[in-house]
Amino acid sequence: MLRKIEAIIREDKLNDVKEGLKAIGIMGMNVCDVRGHGRQGGIVLSGRSGTYQVDLLPKIQLNIVLSEQNVDETVQAIVKSARSGVAGEAGDGLIFILPVEEVVRIRTGERGHEAVMYPGDIDERKGRGKTKS
Amino acid sequence: MENAINSGDTAWMLVACALVLMMTPGLAFFYGGMVRRKNILSTLTLSYIFMALIGVQWLIYGYTLSFGPDIAGIIGGLDFVGFKGVGATPSAAYGATIPHQLFASYQMMFAVITPALITGAFVERIRFKTFLLFSLAWATLVYDPLCHWVWAKGGWLAEKGLLDFAGGTVVHIAAGFSALAFALAIGPRRGFPKTPMEPHNIPFTVLGTGLLWVGWFGFNGGSALAANGVAVNALLTTNTSAAAAALVWMVLSWLDGRPSTLGLATGMVVGLAAVTPASGFVTPMAALVIGAAAAPLSYYAIRFRQRRDLDESLDVWACHGLASTWGTLAAGLFATLGVNSAGANGLFYGNPGQLWTQLVGVVTTMAYSFVVTYVLAKLLDLSIGLKVTTQEEEVGLDISAHGERAYS
Repeated sequence: MLRKIEAIIREDKLNDVKEGLKAIGIMGMNVCDVRGHGRQGGIVLSGRSGTYQVDLLPKIQLNIVLSEQNVDETVQAIVKSARSGVAGEAGDGLIFILPVEEVVRIRTGERGHEAVMYPGDIDERKGRGKTKS
Repeated sequence: MENAINSGDTAWMLVACALVLMMTPGLAFFYGGMVRRKNILSTLTLSYIFMALIGVQWLIYGYTLSFGPDIAGIIGGLDFVGFKGVGATPSAAYGATIPHQLFASYQMMFAVITPALITGAFVERIRFKTFLLFSLAWATLVYDPLCHWVWAKGGWLAEKGLLDFAGGTVVHIAAGFSALAFALAIGPRRGFPKTPMEPHNIPFTVLGTGLLWVGWFGFNGGSALAANGVAVNALLTTNTSAAAAALVWMVLSWLDGRPSTLGLATGMVVGLAAVTPASGFVTPMAALVIGAAAAPLSYYAIRFRQRRDLDESLDVWACHGLASTWGTLAAGLFATLGVNSAGANGLFYGNPGQLWTQLVGVVTTMAYSFVVTYVLAKLLDLSIGLKVTTQEEEVGLDISAHGERAYS
């Protein structure tokens, strides 16, 4: 089974998360800028005179499609690298895990598991899959 | 008369004229940065249009209503319709060493920017057609007479001895109180005040502020109508007031949280507006006080306006109207013949009567501009409507009024 991870994280944690994922062999991802709020509720900005409250604040959404067997390790890596301090803080974000019907790699036409494999990735390191060049 | 032309004065006034023209694009970007991204082209147009609209109105009849031969202290006669007789020789009454045509052109730039200032009150919701009619009517019924009263030879406030060096009353109080009246007539933007309406491009506002500050050297420095010591003093008082107001604004903003960039830019403009009426009559040290005191006045006036849930959207009243009210009164305190022998002494130089004259000028300008603007706006509201439809407002005026989008 293939899964999609959508991680909503702090903008300033993107580099830490990318490095954390690279360290365990997650090679492919894309990111987009999103705005939203959860429990943190928003932030206060400076206006012309005094301050004002903004309820939607900028976040990063990280999208990763991967094999089910790699989900737990990946989620742990994201949690570890995206959390503020040891205890974490409101606004650190959320991770959503969704089922994925199918993946097709445009270059080769490969489908499914093979389409999300890269040389040197998490599966290859664990000897779980063939390497595509 | 031809040999009365001084080439130094003429050269400076040509430059000053260009500097004041540049303030209208500066203002357009100052305002444009503070609206939402769907209304940036509309907001720019609301300012830029005056370079075209008043560029024609002033030539045809605006100048003569303002500076034509006086009729009863109220209005100028029609001698200069179409700039007839306004040529290369100096005018008998204004700018004895520069071509009359240069004086008239320089004054045109003031007539251009003043109604543009008002547009901050009704951005993001005004019907463009209504706006054009209002603007032409306002220029004719408010600016031209007021300009005559204050600056024309024989104008009744000028005869009273009102000190307004570069437009505290004619430009900033008139624009500020007209903005207040118009905001009351048109009502708030949809969603105000619950939905935060954030500035979409503060760098535009900061850029506009820079253009305004530079342009203001022409606005105030040029109002000496000559390249002389009064012009230099006006330039320095202008710089000093802007600097002082910006520093105080930064501190106020810091005490409320962080030293805001938008706040700093606003403080600069407030300092510039405040010193305008006094710039050619007071010392640089007086300008320091004028700018420093203007900042808290406008800063807390914005807060007051917000607490009243009044959508005078870009705070023309607080920033221009009130700052220049203070500045015009301050001229009655700090003015000294030592700076400008053609001016007067203020209260601190032994002439308390000057403060009274200033007060008369301020109150007259406030009342006249507020009442005429409110009546005009109400008439237009009852006839063709002031505000766009809800859907047009939601889509944004760039698309609904102009059929364009700024960022594709």
